[in-house]
Amino acid sequence: MIAVKTFKMVLEGEGAVDGEFIDIAIPGFYLRRPLSICDQEDGRLTVIYKVVGEGTKVLSEMAVGTELEVLTGLGRGFDADACREEALLVGGGLGVPPLYLLAKELKARGKKVTAVLGFNKADEIILTQEFETVCDQVAVSTVDGSVGVKGFVTDAIAALKPDYDFFYTCGPMVMMKVVCTTLEGPGEASLEERMGCGAGFCYGCSIQTKSGPRRVCKDGPVFKKEELTW
Amino acid sequence: MVKDLSVHLCGLRLKNPVIPASGTFGFGLELADSMDLNVLGGISLKGTTREARYGNPTPRIAECEGGMINSVGLQNPGIDVLVNEKVPALRKVYGGCVIANISGFSLDEYRECCAKADACEGIDLIEVNISCPNVHNGGMAFGTSATSAAEVTAAVKAVCRKPVFIKLSPNVTDIVSIARACEDAGADGLTLVNTFLGMRIDIIRRKPVIANKMGGFSGQAIFPVALRMVYQVAHACRIPVMGCGGVASARDVIEMMMAGASAVQVGAENLRNPFACPEIASALPALMDELKINSLQEIIGTV
Repeated sequence: MIAVKTFKMVLEGEGAVDGEFIDIAIPGFYLRRPLSICDQEDGRLTVIYKVVGEGTKVLSEMAVGTELEVLTGLGRGFDADACREEALLVGGGLGVPPLYLLAKELKARGKKVTAVLGFNKADEIILTQEFETVCDQVAVSTVDGSVGVKGFVTDAIAALKPDYDFFYTCGPMVMMKVVCTTLEGPGEASLEERMGCGAGFCYGCSIQTKSGPRRVCKDGPVFKKEELTW
Repeated sequence: MVKDLSVHLCGLRLKNPVIPASGTFGFGLELADSMDLNVLGGISLKGTTREARYGNPTPRIAECEGGMINSVGLQNPGIDVLVNEKVPALRKVYGGCVIANISGFSLDEYRECCAKADACEGIDLIEVNISCPNVHNGGMAFGTSATSAAEVTAAVKAVCRKPVFIKLSPNVTDIVSIARACEDAGADGLTLVNTFLGMRIDIIRRKPVIANKMGGFSGQAIFPVALRMVYQVAHACRIPVMGCGGVASARDVIEMMMAGASAVQVGAENLRNPFACPEIASALPALMDELKINSLQEIIGTV
């Protein structure tokens, strides 16, 4: 457990490690649980998730060494090459973890990276130290003001006024909507939706975009800002 | 001993009885990179209407004990894209039985779409969905009365040369009377069952989980009810039946066939495990050996 009700899990095994998310079969539950990838290194995948229901509760109680059946290599992720020189990452709550892997990829490409991470309160904060070791600049906001800027990520961005030519965001839908409709310049958002198959053939997670229906699991979860209708 | 897994459907020979059910396998193409589709006896393509449809708002999926509810609402690119793009692309990688699944909101729409599917070279069989629980004034409305089920059947049969299967809803008082009405109206076969109308409520938000409130319940939990309906209909009708509903293993396939199914569709299980159909097909020979079955065709309706 790394924060209130929030758990970190490291998986190792065979199979593809690329992709934006994995889909985990949890014994006793009918559908898989899709979780975004926070980090990958030496064939190991790190995911961070919050216990929000019975399935994630069972997952959180599993012993180290438990064998899981997992679909990997799912989804289309952030385009690290879309940023020219300076990237702005805007994460909220459990939307923060996938931005960590992106931050590492951006730094590997020699980009300047600013991360603005928002949480409700101090005991929900995750990964800020990890971001600080990777990013050039990190700002934190909390709704209750217990850590960093009091308010939302947009308040922290307004205070920091970071330079960027491309932004990447992941978090609650309402946060991403505000970020995408108020931040200037091009960007990408990683959406969340209840999924069936997780692999693009059941059409359970489709959203309407400016270029027609798109599957969050297969065509996304990452979409260009200008594609989204909110 | 070599096992014969092949089955016959209205003059078509399927290499095995395992068919992913409509709506649980896209247009086949989505999975062509992940598996060899040719291990499947047939593929029932995603339900198609005259015009392109986005379908219902999300959330469209709700998990249940032993199954799930979906309310996709017939998202599809329209019949012209199906026959001009999807089927020709699928035919490049798949040689088995291609089943077009047609839905509609009027007799005219059913007729027009079925005629186009009939004229499409890559389609072997037409499955007419009169049982979608997720659209209003269409779909299931045609499948819950014997009179309207017969009307749709007669309308599409008049424009099709290929075998026409009518896909029935389980949300009826007497499925046998509807099955017989379809048979009398000229149906070449029947697929049953579609999903059961169901619902879940999020007790924290105090709202239905599904945006459209209700949806179609499917998965292992419905298997005994689906099996019972296949048994009743197969014994009451002379035309072949494709059994569908909660099938998740080779054992379930054998059970459906003994109940009277000439082929077996696998639905929700594909969403839990995209490799369910190939795994079930490959598990059949060993199970046949165990049960001393040499040919699957021989066990159809033997119970």
